[in-house]
Formats: sequence, structure tokens, C-alpha cells
Amino acid sequence: MKVLSAIITVAAGVGAALALYWLLNKLAELLPGRWEGRIKPYFFIAPAFLAVALYLIYPAIVTVLNSFQDRASEEWVGFENYTELLSSTPFQKTLFNTVLWILIVPAVTVVVGLAVAVLADRLKPGAEKLSKTIIFLPMAIALVGASQIWGLIYDAAPKGQPQIGLMNAIWTKLGHDPVAWLQQSTLHFNSILLMVVLLWAQVGFSMVLLSAAVKGVPADTLEAARIDGASERQTFFQVVVPQIKGTMITVFVTVTIAVMKIFDIVYVMTNGNFNTNVLGNEFYNQLNTNFNNGAAAAIVVILMIAVIPVMAYQVRHFRAEEASA
Amino acid sequence: MSQATDQMAAAAPTSKKRRKAATSFDANPAKAGWLTQLVLALLCLVWMVPLIGIMITSFRPREDAESSGWWTVFGSLDNLTLTNYDKAINGGSDMGTAFWNSMAITLPATFIPVLIAAFAAYAFTFMEFPGRDVLFLTIVAMLVVPNYVALVPLLKIYGSLEINGTFPAAWLAHIGFGMSLAIYILRNYMATLPKTIIESAKIDGASHFQTFYRLVLPMSVPALASFAIFQFLWVWNDLLVALVFIGPGENEPVTLALSSLKGQLGQGWEVVTAGTMLTMIVPILVFLFLQRYFVRGMTAGAVKG
Repeated sequence: MKVLSAIITVAAGVGAALALYWLLNKLAELLPGRWEGRIKPYFFIAPAFLAVALYLIYPAIVTVLNSFQDRASEEWVGFENYTELLSSTPFQKTLFNTVLWILIVPAVTVVVGLAVAVLADRLKPGAEKLSKTIIFLPMAIALVGASQIWGLIYDAAPKGQPQIGLMNAIWTKLGHDPVAWLQQSTLHFNSILLMVVLLWAQVGFSMVLLSAAVKGVPADTLEAARIDGASERQTFFQVVVPQIKGTMITVFVTVTIAVMKIFDIVYVMTNGNFNTNVLGNEFYNQLNTNFNNGAAAAIVVILMIAVIPVMAYQVRHFRAEEASA
Repeated sequence: MSQATDQMAAAAPTSKKRRKAATSFDANPAKAGWLTQLVLALLCLVWMVPLIGIMITSFRPREDAESSGWWTVFGSLDNLTLTNYDKAINGGSDMGTAFWNSMAITLPATFIPVLIAAFAAYAFTFMEFPGRDVLFLTIVAMLVVPNYVALVPLLKIYGSLEINGTFPAAWLAHIGFGMSLAIYILRNYMATLPKTIIESAKIDGASHFQTFYRLVLPMSVPALASFAIFQFLWVWNDLLVALVFIGPGENEPVTLALSSLKGQLGQGWEVVTAGTMLTMIVPILVFLFLQRYFVRGMTAGAVKG
């Protein structure tokens, strides 16, 4: 029943959109000649731009304003939300954990992705395709699902009972007592276990892009290096890496943005307990557990400020691409 | 999945310009030695083990799943059962309803933005108008803005429209969040279409609407497909938007149902794993069958924003 109504919605939505554009087009044609050409482009982009404006631009402005207001967004409180957050020890830890994610995950994703891309490139085509599909597959799985999947690996049963979590099964076989892995915050071990889940899900993405780049490296530059007596290692670091640097940066930036907002994994696996909290999860808790709009908005603003350099890079990069095209 | 951006364009020109060199590393004197093969085989094993683990557990009866690890399954193959799926689908967690809810949320949220974005992309590619570049750069910049910004303000708007918890709330949100990526992919693709065809259509007296509908839209099918796949996976796998705008209850999608499965009393791993399998099956099928488009879209400069 619900699916039927969804399909009807698809048909109605697409049909209505077409009709709308047809109407706008006709409307523009009614205008005197000169105006028709001037107005029409705006008619064509209006609905799309409206969607972006309503769902990103307008909310961004409101969020900035909310972050200077109290928990119900009624009174102005100045910087109180920020000072309160930044001076609370739990939030400082949350911030530190997020930074840890940003420092570790993007770099490891690029390195492992590149390693798989380069190694798989040397296999026979059939084996290459199979191994790449295996590494790529987790990208299709929801992070909620990935968290449950790894939750089973990290599972811990009390001492004496059979361990159904793979990690504890091996650990106890080695003669140790079972450990509740996700509660071990020494050296942020549990945060690292959570990062493993994201790595598992994302390395495939990095591998596919870097693999395309590696295959694009001209063969003659490699041959030239080898004729000059460069070792495989030298060829890789001095000939291949400089030529795929652009793609490496792209992957790095993309993963960094994803990591800044990481939410699902932490929410499902620990809900931020045992010193694993990150900004995304703290935002959700402020919003839905504490009902504190001001603090939630302040967290988003902190995220937005962190993303500004990336945004500037994005726009500059796009301009450079356009100029060279 | 990834709130990704699109500098991936960097990958595309490289592979395009140098296609003739596609053999580069294959022609490598250092063919895969045993070490390379071993390392890759180990990596693939590590990648597969978690999946194999939940797959096996989802078919084991509760007593088995609780008393022994899934790797011991070969001693008790006769016990394998579908009960867990029955429990997950029809039991208290009701993943069956959630599955259809996910369909109902995902389909409109995938297909409606495609057309809207295509019109805008057409205008950005083939029409000249003041402010074009500024407007387009705004959209490119929005690719990296976290969609968290929208949640609180939209909750209020939705609250006054009284659509919180309904499907349209999620549809509209996903259409809005997906729009800048859609426009970006489609415009980049349309920019590679031969301009002469569009110009000759204009000379023949075709209006922009006709040119778009008869020429550009059919020619853009590969780009439309890759965006649709991204958007489908993104919406199906989304948790945050569902949590905030739909929330637990009769309309919840599979991700939400799965996230709360573990917390419910009496739900052991056997039901959680069956639920995970149910959540995974659609995106994995989409992914395996349409992998080609997916990869093409990614290397052509596109991952979800």
C-alpha cells in the first residue's frame, strides 16, 4: 500500500515537475521577444535553486542566529552557548575525539586505498575485478548495518561463557580474560575500533578513484624511469605518486568532510559513551535528549567554520578545472 | 554514504586524456608476485569475514548463536533455520513494515530531484544569463555544507506545517539535500555534450524546452543514472534524516528499525543479524547490478554532498 502510494508519488512528482516546466516555458514565450530570452533561464533554475536555498542556505542562516539564542531559541544570549560548550570537559573530549577521527581516518583511507589499487592492478583481470568488488562492496551497506556487523566482531560475553565475538574468541584462546572492547578508552582504543568500521566501509571508495588515476599514469613515464635504472619503489614514489596527487587530495578532502560529520557509527555502537563521543553524535544528543537548540546550533556552526577552508578549496578547484577545460 | 564532494573531477580528466596509456601498470615487469597475492588475499579475507559472520549468524537458531561462535557452524549445519528472518520481519521490531517504508521514502526521493536538477543543469550549461556563474558557484559551495544545519530550522517549519513524521517530510529533505550534487554531476556531464547539435536544434527553430526534452535529456541518461544510484543508496542508508524527521514508529525506515533492534529486550544477535541482512539486500543488489554506472559517476566527479 505504502509502496503503491510511493510509486504514484513518483509519477505525480515527475509529471508535475514536467508540467511546471512546460508551463513556465509557455509563460516565458508569452513575454515580448527580448524578455523571453532573459527570463527563461531563471525559470529553468528556479525550482532547483529554491530547493537549495530552502534546505541549505536559509537553514544555515537560521542556525547561526539560533546559536546565539537560548535552548528554546527565544532569548538572545550572546556567546553563552559557545563558552559553555567549550569550557565543559566532556565537550572538550568530544572535540578531541573528532580531531582524532579527522587525523587518522582520511590518511589511512588514502594509504590503504592506494595500496589496494596498486597491488590489484598487477593481478590478472579476473582476480583484479573480484578483489576490487570485495573491497568496494561495504560502500553499499548502511553505516548502521556496518556498525551491527562489527558489533558482532567486538561482542563480549562474561568470563566463562562462550565468546561469540570473533575478537574475544581469539583473545580468550590466547589465554586472556574476555574484554569489553568498546569500553576500553585507554589510548582511545575503542574510538579506533569505531574508526575501523568507517575504514572498512570507505576504503573501497578511495581505491576506485585512485585505481582510475593509477591506470591513467602514462606508460612511457614509467618505462623511462625503469630504463634510467629506478627501482620499483623509486618509480612508485617519484613517478606515479606525483602524477596522481590531485586525486589523492580529492579523496582526502572528501573523506575528511565525511569524517567531520560522522554520526551513525558512534550513535549505534556506543552512543558516545566510554569517551568515544564525536560532534555529530553530541549534536544529536543536544537536540533530541537535552532539547537544547542553542547548543545544537552552536555545534553545527563550529562544524561549518571547520568546513570553510574545504569550501574555499572546492570553489577554487572548480574554477581551475573550468579554466583548463 | 560519504558526504563527499566532487573534486573527483580531478580523476576524470586524467583518465580521459590518457586513455591510450591504460595498460601502464599491466605492462609492469613486476607482475603480481606471491607477496602481492598474499597481501591482497588477506585483505579480501579481512573484508569478507564480518559479512560472512553476520550471514551465518542470521541463519542459526538462537541457542546455537548464543552458545558458540558462527565459525563453528560447520558442526551443526542441520540446525540452520529461517526463524530469525520471520522474527525480524513479523516480530516486535517489524522490519517487514520498515522495509516497505524504506521503499516508500527512497523511490520518490530518488526520482523527483533528477528531473528538477536536469532542467537547472541545462540552463547552467546551455543558456547565457547574468549571475549564472555566481549562482552555480553557490551551488558548488553548498556541496560541502553539512546537512545538520538544516535539521533544527526545518523541524520548526515542518512543525508548523504539521508534516513531521510523514513521508513527505523525508522526501522534501532528501530532495533539497541531494539537489546541489545532482546539479553538479549533470552540469559537468552536459558540458561534455557536443554544442553543435544543440545549436543546430536552435537554428531549426526548437525551443529550449524541446531541445532539453528531445535531445539533452536522452543524451544525459548515463549521468542521470549515476546520480540516481548515489541518491538511492544515500537515502536508503540514511539514519540521521530519518531519526529527526520521521522518528521511531509506524513510518520508520529499516535503518531506524535496525538501530533500535539491539536495545530491545530479548533481541539477541540472531535477530539483529537477520535485520542487518534485510537492510543490506536492496542496496547490495542495486550496487552489484549497477556498479558500472556507480563507478563512472564517481570517477566523473561525483559523490554525495
